[in-house]
Amino acid sequence: MDATAAIAELRELSTQIETVVVIARDGSLVASSVQDEAASRIAAAARDLAEGADQVRRDLGREALAQLQAATPEGSVFLVVDDHRTAVATTGADPTVGLVFYDLKTLLRQIAEGDGKAADEEQERTDGSA
Amino acid sequence: MARRKLVIPVVIGAGSFLGTVLYRRRSVRNRTRLDIYFDDGSMVSLAAGSPDADRLMPHADLVLAAAREGA
Repeated sequence: MDATAAIAELRELSTQIETVVVIARDGSLVASSVQDEAASRIAAAARDLAEGADQVRRDLGREALAQLQAATPEGSVFLVVDDHRTAVATTGADPTVGLVFYDLKTLLRQIAEGDGKAADEEQERTDGSA
Repeated sequence: MARRKLVIPVVIGAGSFLGTVLYRRRSVRNRTRLDIYFDDGSMVSLAAGSPDADRLMPHADLVLAAAREGA
């Protein structure tokens, strides 16, 4: 499943997640549920948030950053990181934290599986033309 | 006597108002925090008012503001 389709499915299933943006490791925007301009601003601020959290991790001598929740009275920001991408989501106040993290991990897994299928198809095409 | 009748409700009203303000301020403070989870399964929770939270929460506010505008 590609990133856009995975986000569309997540938006259908989740009643809590209001906005989703997926960012590549190099910082580029992969896909989002909002317009490009807003998505770029979300991505930039989320990168700063992740870098700040990573600084906290280094200061504490912990292992790699896996996920975070920034909770405010107006809403929450969630970040989930995998080997290739970061999923960023916003919710209203007092979300079901475990459920939102689960949904974002599922989103990243679906995108990664889509990558694997695309790579397999490319390999088959290459083998077929050789 | 009439003056005392007036003072008591005013004092009670002012006390209630002050209590509400303090409770609300504390509630907002408690609801603002940053929970960071690491690969080894450990987690650190940074409460509002800590230096790290105060440095990082503005980025979260920017994300929320951009999300509201983009929705």
